[in-house]
Amino acid sequence: MSARGINKNFGGVPALADVSIDLIPGEVHCLAGENGCGKSTLIKIISGAERPDSGEIIIDGVSFAQINAHAAIQGGIQVIYQDFSLFPNLTVAENIVLTAEVAVGRRLYAPASIRPRAEAILQELDIDLDLDREVGTLSVADKQLTAICRALVNDARAIIMDEPTTALTHTEVSRLFALVERLRTRGVALMFVSHKLEEVLAISQRLTIMRSGRQVVSGPTADFDQRSISSYMTGREVDDSRVVSELDVNAPLALEVTNLSLAGAYRDISFGLHKGEILGVTGLLGSGRTEIAESLFGVEVADEGQIRVAGEVVAIRSIQDAVAAGLGYVPEDRLSQGLFLDKSIADNIVAASLQSHRTRWGMLSRTQTAATIKRFFVGLKINARNADAPVRTLSGGNAQRVVLAKWLATEPTVLMLNGPTVGVDIGSKEEILELLRVEAAKGMSVIIISDDAPELVAACHRVLVIKNGRLTHVLEGDQISVDTIQERMSA
Amino acid sequence: MDVLRRLRGTNNEGVLALVLLGLIVAMSIANPTFFTLNTGFSILRSSIVPVIFALGVLIVVITGGIDVSFAAIAIFAGYSTVSFCLTAGFDPGLPGIFAIAIGVGVALGFINGIVIARFNLPTLIVTLGTQGVFFGAMYTYVGATYFADLPGSMAALATSNLFDVTTDTGRAYLHVLVVPVILLCLAVGWVLKRTMFGRSLYAIGGDIEAARRAGFQVQRTQVSVYMLVGALAAIAGVIHIVLSRSANPRDLVGGELDIIAAVILGGAAIFGGRGSVLGTVLGVLLVQVIKNSLLLVGVPSAWLRTAVGVLLVVGVGIQAIAAHRDARRTRVIQDLDTDLKKEQELV
Repeated sequence: MSARGINKNFGGVPALADVSIDLIPGEVHCLAGENGCGKSTLIKIISGAERPDSGEIIIDGVSFAQINAHAAIQGGIQVIYQDFSLFPNLTVAENIVLTAEVAVGRRLYAPASIRPRAEAILQELDIDLDLDREVGTLSVADKQLTAICRALVNDARAIIMDEPTTALTHTEVSRLFALVERLRTRGVALMFVSHKLEEVLAISQRLTIMRSGRQVVSGPTADFDQRSISSYMTGREVDDSRVVSELDVNAPLALEVTNLSLAGAYRDISFGLHKGEILGVTGLLGSGRTEIAESLFGVEVADEGQIRVAGEVVAIRSIQDAVAAGLGYVPEDRLSQGLFLDKSIADNIVAASLQSHRTRWGMLSRTQTAATIKRFFVGLKINARNADAPVRTLSGGNAQRVVLAKWLATEPTVLMLNGPTVGVDIGSKEEILELLRVEAAKGMSVIIISDDAPELVAACHRVLVIKNGRLTHVLEGDQISVDTIQERMSA
Repeated sequence: MDVLRRLRGTNNEGVLALVLLGLIVAMSIANPTFFTLNTGFSILRSSIVPVIFALGVLIVVITGGIDVSFAAIAIFAGYSTVSFCLTAGFDPGLPGIFAIAIGVGVALGFINGIVIARFNLPTLIVTLGTQGVFFGAMYTYVGATYFADLPGSMAALATSNLFDVTTDTGRAYLHVLVVPVILLCLAVGWVLKRTMFGRSLYAIGGDIEAARRAGFQVQRTQVSVYMLVGALAAIAGVIHIVLSRSANPRDLVGGELDIIAAVILGGAAIFGGRGSVLGTVLGVLLVQVIKNSLLLVGVPSAWLRTAVGVLLVVGVGIQAIAAHRDARRTRVIQDLDTDLKKEQELV
């Protein structure tokens, strides 16, 4: 399978410019690049979920100007999406076999003939799964196995895996790699999408790196090392140097958490956060890092434990409680949870701080809000024609600045940010981190929840590592490096 | 344990059957006139039309949608067929009458399906709108006259019984139309379980985006679903007119609540992806028995709607609570899984 000269624009913005890629049987081809570089769009085009504006896809010598999902599957292309695209309400056996049945255009469905085929695949790959269980009740790793089995039952000759390791523990990743190796020896062409450098180097034979919609370089993986990959990915020598202010050891605690627990999410979490400190919280997806932040912000109320803000014990049972206590939270999925997309930048900036813009009569003071909007619009260098533009029209980096502005306007004691630079370009990324440094220096305490190790290294005074819902390590000073963080996170 | 789980059924059909049985026993103790062949047959008779409607609603609910226009389609199809036959003065026979009605029903269902699938609109709002459109169109173009006499073939069917038994409480009749309803149930059950079309309904209800990626023709399936609902509704409309021995254009519309409540009680998930014919039939019977028994114990009929409304809310509430609990449990299971693996590694 090859894709040649693929172009794609979204509303005038080029998402892919002249990208070409080949998948060769018995070879693992890694597609690497930062978030938002166009990897997902390319996958969608190859799998037929999106139409390219120009370019061609060649399967077995047959050229397609565009391809639909059905034709792609018949051509032997299978995509394992990040969310797996399984049916939670059906059994494992059905999930494995159903798409193959669709692909051959079958009309009748015989439950009795399904099981043996699913069993055969499980045996072939030496995988242990309960075929009668509903997929919705499986663990993430098992869901992924189901998705891989499904791809193979379709006689996949090319399997594309989109960020397959994001939600896996260390052992699960090595198991997956062993499976990938076995598939490769069977002559399957694999495409492995990732932005984790060591994985890229460990698993692939060929490598393509993309940056903002362009194919930067392609070649045998042996020609690259971590350093060259990261410079190709970011387009410059990466500067993950630590810029951390000296923290006053006697600064009072802004936030103190004791023995916080939520059944099934995390257990016995205790830590303190000084005034003016930037604290990193890291862990794998599903480790409980997000749930801890959500509990502090009253989204998922904790079962047990005590929270003190500026020395006072506070009971956080709702988001209102958290805001009243002086906590702010920038969620992971800012588009759906953090912004009013169709409202203007101005409205979004003051959305969380309306209470503090009241006149004596309880009305909204126009002059005050205008002042706040201007302060943040200019101060955070939000790149838009004016503050009346709807947030929907902004790029990731600018949208993130609007969310930041919204919470900074509430003047929180503690600001928690979940994945503050996900989907944000490199330039904005550094500026956003710098902004946080400045706010921290002014006395705000910041918690950054992230699995982006370089970002944590760049900005955090201390880093907490969460694993399986427990606080396993507290990294300080010289211990904070990309290697230690990644090692502690997945070990 | 396994046997118990099997008895319980994937959609709690076993629990439902138990509730139904319990209710019948309780009613029979409270009021001996309840436990007679008479009551049994009359409940079955009153369930004929709701069961057909419920099959249609079940199909839509499995795909994650909802249809509230089925009653309007039913009366539109049934009434306009009768009106056409009477004014034209000819009787095409039962197959002919059903064929015309089904044709009308499918056409109306097609309108629903096209609007929903093509423009990707919320199903509740679209069908709420078309319900009004269909109903108004029938009044304007077909008429609103009440027909007390039906075409000959329909009138004859109205008085055909499968068998009648004389018991000490009087004669009990089992209407012949119970047979086609059972056949319809078997047919829909077969389609859902044994055809790719049926499985695609569950797939779409489970995750519509995943269904698209798996190569299912989602739009086409959605349109087919609403056409199928239209066909089922038309059959129910004709049968309703036969059973009531007159064609009243004001019938049926307004009774959607009973049907939707029955389907949800029958274990179909309002979020889509779950539901069975057996559960649906049990749900309809449960609603009918409750309505019947409330009347027998002297509850004023005005309260019946309240009772059904409560049932609907209870049904949805149980689902929501169960879903919440499952979500929690998955998290705990994952937690345990990782803990277990860690222990194994240590060993």
